[in-house]
Amino acid sequence: MTSTSPTEQSGTHVAPQADHGDPARTWLGRIAEGRAWLFLAGLIICFEVWSRLSFGATFMLNPFNVQSIAIFAVAPLLLATGQTFVIISGGIDLSLGFIMGLAAVVAAHATNMAGAVIPLPLAMLAGILAAVIVAGVPGVINGLLISRLRVPPFIGTLGMFGVARGVAFLLAGGTTVPVQNSWFALLGNGRFYGVPYLVIIAAVFVVVMHYILSQTRFGQHNYAIGANVQAARRAGIDIRGHTLRLYVLSAMCAGLGGALYAARFTAGAAQAGEPLLLDSVAAVVIGGASLFGGSGTIFGTVAGALVIAVIQYGLVFVNVEPFWQFIAVGFVIIISVLIDQAQRRFSGARQDE
Amino acid sequence: MNSSEQTTPLLEVRNLSKHFGAVRALNDFSMVVRPGEVVALAGDNGAGKTTLIKAISGVFQPTGGEILLRGQPVTFATPHEAREKGIETIYQDLALADNLSIGANIFLGREPMRKAFGFLPVLDRKAMAVAAKQTMGRLDFHVSRLDAPVSNFSGGQRQAVAIGRAVYWDAQILIMDEPTAALGVPEQRKVISLIHQLKAQGRGVIFISHNLQDIFAVSDRIVVLRRGVQAGDRKISETNHDEVVKLMVGG
Repeated sequence: MTSTSPTEQSGTHVAPQADHGDPARTWLGRIAEGRAWLFLAGLIICFEVWSRLSFGATFMLNPFNVQSIAIFAVAPLLLATGQTFVIISGGIDLSLGFIMGLAAVVAAHATNMAGAVIPLPLAMLAGILAAVIVAGVPGVINGLLISRLRVPPFIGTLGMFGVARGVAFLLAGGTTVPVQNSWFALLGNGRFYGVPYLVIIAAVFVVVMHYILSQTRFGQHNYAIGANVQAARRAGIDIRGHTLRLYVLSAMCAGLGGALYAARFTAGAAQAGEPLLLDSVAAVVIGGASLFGGSGTIFGTVAGALVIAVIQYGLVFVNVEPFWQFIAVGFVIIISVLIDQAQRRFSGARQDE
Repeated sequence: MNSSEQTTPLLEVRNLSKHFGAVRALNDFSMVVRPGEVVALAGDNGAGKTTLIKAISGVFQPTGGEILLRGQPVTFATPHEAREKGIETIYQDLALADNLSIGANIFLGREPMRKAFGFLPVLDRKAMAVAAKQTMGRLDFHVSRLDAPVSNFSGGQRQAVAIGRAVYWDAQILIMDEPTAALGVPEQRKVISLIHQLKAQGRGVIFISHNLQDIFAVSDRIVVLRRGVQAGDRKISETNHDEVVKLMVGG
């Protein structure tokens, strides 16, 4: 196979080693990859210093603060894990916030109704299950709109944003729906050796989602579709089926988020996820995903969600007016995207330019 | 190659036609590809080259005529069926997921799985990397960083990955649509040498190019299309640039 024709000889020195280990590039690449964790570390140090200078008190070494931030991060994180899958595939899901609200209302109603006929712990499980399943319905509709009818994800899920919002408020009767279930309240506010149940559930969930994204065909195809739909189609991947499953998955993440919201506040509210939608997109972007699709990780998103939670909680803790939160989060998003752009430019994504 | 005339053709196209309404994009066209043979397909824009390869690769259903694979008549409802029968099309672009490694691209859509901790199915990245290394080695293309996304590679290297995927899945006929068009001159040479490798492995190659130099460098035969009909079928050794150009433009 190695007949030494002239073309071959020229071939050996014209084709450079694929492995160009330019240290500066990989260095920048590493910073870009881990930027969400760097942000997080920077913020924590910043608040720690600020807090000690202003109050002489520790910030991160206070277990109450750590717990509060973790609980604070749970709901946006659940939305953001679903959003991570969607954004990696090159789409976006704007309906997640109100799907979460819908799920919170359904969880409250279903838990109350089931509680009248079956034991409370079972009623709690029934409520959570109902919330996740009902959340899947708008997910199926999103998926069908996008995969079969070729509605752009932005528009399709924007429509569903309105539909889910309306249905959630109708189901809630325009108010919040209180939950009468002591087990459900315990789930939302109890602790296991000091770690809130909500945080444990979210952690397990994140590991499962990381597994799905990084270790299964579904996850692999998700990256491929986000990078190059044509190539994925030519490779025989069922794009329609994948897209449908993708939006159902993200909606069910929001469904779980809604159920946990109802547990935490022992009430379902249609507006539960309203402020969280853009936080979820921000967490994914800060976590290193590209809105053009094809890149991103679950653990990056975890860091992104924690960055937002630390900013929001930390600024309140150091007694800054809450409006600064928006400005701070906005800055972090922009800096994050700038780092991403710089890294793309310097690493020369394509050499044939 | 001297016995190639007697062997059964890998691929034979007989009297193939494809009409779009009144437009006869391809009319009564015939050609053969034998094992280890590189057949260049030449023709001006709109001559029917693309229609022909789409009919062979299962994208279009031909209006008339037949396609024979090793002497057996075949029909393809989808490109997937054509690929399963060993006909792989390599496009100049749109073939790879840039963010994935070579191995992941080779196995895209048919990833190998293994059991972690004895029960949990996970992607077998190691098997993908090993297969990638072996396959790329067969194409005389050596990489040390198999986990790098293919976006780190040059155009010619990416073309090699696309060819590697076809080789790994044992494609017997590779249809290459302008494989050198987007590349610099040195990279073009690398692709030409890859085609020589495929030929040495006894595969059939249909090579579409505008570049007569490339065609003469790599092909055994050249088939010229003009307005959907076959305008000529010449052995490369028995023709020259001038004749081919005349066949193409109808002088």
